[in-house]
Order: sequence, then C-alpha cells, then structure tokens
Amino acid sequence: MAIRAEHLTYVYGQGTAFEQYALKDVNFQIPDGQFVGLIGHTGSGKSTLIQHLNGLIKPTGGTVYYEGEDIHGEGYNLRELRSKVGLVFQYPEHQLFEIDVFSDVCFGPRNLGLDKGEVARRARSALEQVGLGEKYWDQSPFELSGGQKRRVAIAGVLAMEPKVLILDEPTAGLDPRGRDEILDKISHLHREKGMTIILVSHSMEDIARYADRLMVMNRGEKAFDGPPREVFEHYRDLETMGLAAPQVTYIVHGLREKGVPIDHDITMVEEARDAIVKLLKE
Amino acid sequence: MIRDITLGQYYPVDSVLHRMDPRTKLFGTMVFIISLFLADHIGAYAIATVFLASAIAISRVPFKFMVRGLKAVVFLLLISVSFNLFLTDGEVLVRLGFLRITREGLRMSCFMGLRLIYLVVGSSIMTLTTTPNQLTDGMEKSLGFLKAVKVPVHEISMMMSIALRFIPILVEETDKIMKAQMARGADFESGNLIQKAKSMVPLLVPLFISAFRRATDLAMAMEARCYRGGQGRTRMKPLRYSRRDHVAYVIYGVYLAAIIAVRAAL
Amino acid sequence: MGIIKASRLIFDYIRRDEDDNIEEIDRAIDDLNVDIEKGSFVAILGHNGSGKSTFAKQINGILTPTEGTVWVSGMDTSDQEAIWEIRKKAGMVFQNPDNQIIGNVVEEDVGFGPENMGVPADDIWKRVDESLEAVGMTAYRYKSPNKLSGGQKQRVAIAGVMAMRPECIILDEPTAMLDPNGRKEVIKTVRELNRQEGITVLLITHYMEEVIFADRVIVMDDGKLVMDGSPREIFSQVEKLKSYRLDVPQVTELAYELKQAGIDVPDGILSKEELMDCLLPMFERRFPGQVTLM
Repeated sequence: MAIRAEHLTYVYGQGTAFEQYALKDVNFQIPDGQFVGLIGHTGSGKSTLIQHLNGLIKPTGGTVYYEGEDIHGEGYNLRELRSKVGLVFQYPEHQLFEIDVFSDVCFGPRNLGLDKGEVARRARSALEQVGLGEKYWDQSPFELSGGQKRRVAIAGVLAMEPKVLILDEPTAGLDPRGRDEILDKISHLHREKGMTIILVSHSMEDIARYADRLMVMNRGEKAFDGPPREVFEHYRDLETMGLAAPQVTYIVHGLREKGVPIDHDITMVEEARDAIVKLLKE
Repeated sequence: MIRDITLGQYYPVDSVLHRMDPRTKLFGTMVFIISLFLADHIGAYAIATVFLASAIAISRVPFKFMVRGLKAVVFLLLISVSFNLFLTDGEVLVRLGFLRITREGLRMSCFMGLRLIYLVVGSSIMTLTTTPNQLTDGMEKSLGFLKAVKVPVHEISMMMSIALRFIPILVEETDKIMKAQMARGADFESGNLIQKAKSMVPLLVPLFISAFRRATDLAMAMEARCYRGGQGRTRMKPLRYSRRDHVAYVIYGVYLAAIIAVRAAL
Repeated sequence: MGIIKASRLIFDYIRRDEDDNIEEIDRAIDDLNVDIEKGSFVAILGHNGSGKSTFAKQINGILTPTEGTVWVSGMDTSDQEAIWEIRKKAGMVFQNPDNQIIGNVVEEDVGFGPENMGVPADDIWKRVDESLEAVGMTAYRYKSPNKLSGGQKQRVAIAGVMAMRPECIILDEPTAMLDPNGRKEVIKTVRELNRQEGITVLLITHYMEEVIFADRVIVMDDGKLVMDGSPREIFSQVEKLKSYRLDVPQVTELAYELKQAGIDVPDGILSKEELMDCLLPMFERRFPGQVTLM
C-alpha cells in the first residue's frame, strides 16, 4: 500500500473567526501502481490534499501513512519522503531557475546528497523519460516553448526517482499538442515503470482515458471514489458540485432515456462508436 | 496563513469619513499625530480621546478592526511603557525589589502608552476608510508642488498603487515556489548563513523572473488601455474639496487650538 | 472593408545579439489576408506558435507589421498618430487575469481606461456602471481584485475594456488559465456582449467548445490562414483539423467516427442534440416500439 490517509482534516485559521475546513475527515488507500484521477471544483480541497501526501502541509487532524509509516511520526525523514512521493505543482515551469536545462533537472537529486555521477545519470534518464532530446540540455530553460519548459520541470521531479508521482493539472494552459505529449509520457511512466500516479485534472475526458480510479473532492470531503465509469454515472451529482462528466456520457444517457439499449457506463468516444455501430448494424 | 497578509486594510462601508477627500484625512492624521506630541496633560488627552472617539464613531468601521493594528506594536508598546514606568525618577510609590515605580513614571508611562495606541488607531482610521488608490491620489495631489522641481509625482504614485496590488500576489507566489522547491528536496532552514543565502537562489530567481514577466504583461495591458503617463488623464474620483472637508479643516483648527491652549494654560 | 482588415500581413520577430546584429528571424505571420465584418463573432484557432496571438497584438497596435497593412475602423495601425484612437476602438483582453488588472478595487480598475482617455469624471462613472452591469459584476464593484475567482477577474478585465466603448474586443486566450466553470462564465459574457451590445468579438483560443457559437472560425497554422468558414464547415473537416494538431469536441468526433464506420450521420455535428436527432430515427427503425422519438 503506497499511501494511506486516515481521518485527514485540515483547518485554516483554527480558533479564529475565519476558521474554515479545507479537508474534513478524508480516508483512502492507494495501492502501488494505481493511476488515480483527482477532480474537484476550485477550492474543493484537492490542492490541499495532495500537499499533505508529501508532507508539505501538516494535517490538523488524522494521519498520512507512506508504506505503512506515519509521515509525521517521530524521526521520520520528510525530505526522503519527498523524493519518494514526487509532487509536480501547477505551472511547474515557474520553478525553473538554473542556467541550463540539465543543471535544473540535477537540482532534485543533488539535494538528496547523491554523488555526481549518480546525479547526472538520473538527470539524463529523467530528461529521456519526458522525451526532451540532448540538443536542449545545454539551453537555457527560459528559451524553450511552454510545453518543453513544463517537461523540463516534470523531469526535475522525476530525477528524484519517486515511486509515486502527483501532478496538479500538468496540462493547464497547454495546447492540444502539448497536452497529449505530457499525458502520453505520464501514461508511459505508469504502464512501463509501474509508477503510482495521482493526476489532478479538470478534463473529464483525460481522466476517463487514463485513470483506473477517480476520486472526487467537494467542499473538503471525498464525495466519490471508484472506477471513472462508475463515478461518471453520477453526472447529475457531479453537476451540483460544479463538475461534469465527459460529453460522451451525456450522449449515452440521452439515448438511454429514449429507450436505446446502450451500455450505461460508456465514457470514451471509441466505446460509444463501437456500441452504437453494434446496435444499429446487428 | 501567508496569503492573509494584505497591505492597505480598506474596510468598505459608506460613511462621512469614507467619502472625505483623502487629502483632508492625510492632513487630519498629521494634525492628530502632532497633537499627541504636544499633549502633556490629562486634559489634553481627554480632548484627544473625544476627537479620536468621534472619528471612530463616524467611520462606521467596527472597533475590533481599529485595534488589530496594535498587535504589530504590542512589543514596542510594552517596552516603552515599562521603560517609562520603572526608569523615571521622582516620588516613589511602590518598590518591588530593585524596581521602583514613581508617580512621574506612572504618569509618563500612561501617556506614552496612550500616545502609541492613539497613534496606531488614528492612522488605522485613515487606512481603513481610504482605499490605497485614494491614498496615493491624495499624496500625488498634495505633493503636486514637487512637479515644479521635476519630481515625477504621478509616476511615483502609480508605482505605489501597482505595488499595493501586486505585493499580495507575489507573496503568494513566493509561498508556492518555496513549496515547489521543497518538493524537489530543497532545504530553506538548516545550514549556516552562507548555505542559507545560497539556498535562496532557487527561490529568488523564479520570483524575479515571474515579477519581470508580470511587469511586461502589465505594461502591455496598460498601453492597450491607452495609458500614456499622467498627461491628459482625467480622474474617476477627482479630488475635490466639498463642504464636509471644509468643516473638517475647521474642526482640526479648533482641536489643535484646544490642545495648545491646555498646554499653555497648565 | 470590415472593421478589421489585414492585407498581405507579414510579421517577423527579430532577435539581435549584443552588437545589434540580426541573430535570428522568426516569421510569426506569413502573408495573412483577413477581413472581419462589424458586429460578428469570429474565433481564431491554432496551436501555440501558430501566430494567432501575434495577430491579436497587431490589431491593437502593440505590434506593427513588418510588411503589409492592418486597418482598424479604416485606420492604419502603423500610423503613430492614430494609435490611441485605434486602441479605443479595439480593446484587448489578455490571458493572465492577474497581470492586466491595475486597480486595487474593481470599480477603479474599470475606470482606468476612460481615465487615460481623458473622459470627464461624471461620464466615467456612467461608463463604469454600465460596463460592470454588462458583465454582471456590479455586486463586486467595491471588492479587491485579489479576492475574485479567475473567471470573475476576466470579467472585470472585459468590463475595463467595455468602459472604453470600443467597437471591437480582441480576447487573447482569455480562458487558458481558468477552470471549466470560469471558462463558461467568460464565454457566456462575451457572447452576450456580442449579441446585446453588437460588439465585434475576436476570440483567440485553442478550446474547441468555445468556438461553436462563433459566426466564423479562422484556423491559423505556421503564421498562415489555413481554414476559414462557419463552425459547421470547419468541424466537418475533422481529419484536417487533426493535421493541425487541434481537437474537435467529443460529440463532433463521435459523429465523425460513426460516419467512418458507415453510419449515415451528416458532417459537422456540433451539439449533443443534433447528434441525438439524427441517431434516434435510426434506433427507432432498429428497435420499433422500444425507442420513442418523443
């Protein structure tokens, strides 16, 4: 079990008039190798939640366990945890600071106190994993395109060789090409390297395509947790939370309401096509 | 939390003080501060208290917002009060070991405490009833005479106003970059001074880059909205004295005269 | 001639080294010819680096052509004398909501443009009131912009432009940094301004869902205009759009996929309702009695 959260609660301004629950008794376990999608309206607590998982925020109540150990227990090494649970913030290219791409990616592993050779090995491997060719390595990160910058920043986290990778809207502001490139790389890390992934996203289509499991946050509480196709069936509830299901789900449910015997848990275009073709042609 | 820090603590309600010209309020605050330093008698403090209390009452800002500013100076307040209390020579009232409290000390420390508290509350009234923009406007207009000696008064006040808008944004950004670098194993706390200074590089470089990017964007946005310096510019809220401002100036005069009269009489 | 016209427009980003020698020339716009009709809602699509944002900055005179001409309301943007007049006519909303709000209070920000234009105070107030009303932000007029959501900030930015009484608004990826609700909020506001106030809208975006309401869609790639037509015409060409690395809305893609699979669905389906309307009669024939059209 990679990560376990028990009765996780976080309160802003505790004891003041502005007291506000950002998280309220959140419980879950994430097994090794799972691809978890995390969605929620802005201010639903999802950003606060992921910062708990690598110990950047200390919970007001409840416990986070990494591989069975309480991460705020006595003597627990939080810096080591952060190398195991990699967190890529929103717009991560805003954290780049080195004079060239390669040095920037070295920052993480260097902080782990590894020797020079190992640092360089990890940086090379991370840059290869995000698909950034050697010709970019000596360039200033600030001269790259938006999508490339973001891949450098993700490589900066990957170079710590984490077992769990958490990404907060890694495709925000990118065009469809940049988005596909990044999602493909993440999916590759999950399939080939068996990395545990937690992906925060506003795109239900992306979640439907990539995630094994979907957690929905609403007002600091976990509202739904299950396979995406099951969660998206609650599209009416999702709408009251300011969310939605993929467009395909709406079409399928629209057809069902008229009596078409189509499967109710379809969330992707190809599935819908196959189901409709099968019904009409058989 | 870090994002709660806001400069300019404007409290939006409608009152006579809110509608008053910022220059009048600036001047009034100045008069009040001067009066506090002139006051050396209980009578003068009584007058100042009436003045302050009326200002608080007509501002319609809840009292707890007024005293919030005191938190920042609590330490200073304690030090200056205790210094005056224990270190003034005169007629001894109480003796606590090596410490002694004199009648003069008691009087001085009371006045000192009052002076500081009134000072903070008095300036809070101004910032609570005046938006940062009005404040910079007021300063721009009051200091307009400096234009004659080539001081770019308009530009300085525009810079101040923009700074007020962007400081909270940059504070939040600092917090975010810091966390992002900590997620990459950065350590901002341990180590000696040189190591600490060095560890700031991954924080400061992105912060500067972001500030420059924002500045470029903002300059473009301002130009797109026809900004070309102070020339030919009109004001949405032009500073114009009205009757209430004239009344205020009369009250200031009477108030200051009363304080001076008390000082001269006793 | 329409309200905006670009003729044989070329723009090069020129990078110079320290000695002012030309180091690199990057052609962002390559022989662009466009004519935009007054009162229309035009969307410009293209991936990053397609030249769409560079074009937007030409209209407002932030950038001026390397070759060719851009006219706004008949005024040439390279005419330095006309630049302020052009900026009044063609207002601009940018991507990052934080970096375009100047005022510390919403209403003061909305008044910023008219102040710069030298509008008398009474008239500024009138404009501010109307603009805030038009974008539905009147309730927030005394608030600090820092306390608003991304979508609300963009609406304030739009109000700030509206207060200049422009004939046309250019929005340069106004929704790229917003969440889905913020995106909807901004697009709804822009559509209302177009329909109710008759403002010409030029929306630059890469979100396909946002362009289906447009009167006209222009696709740019590599600095050139590559597609131009009604949303339906554009979305009929799914393969072509994909070759420019653009998405289509899921419903359009599903309709296209069904057609490829031999089902008789028309080209350029834009909404769930349209797709249902053409699928249901087929299902009714296939499952008589079970599927009802009502």
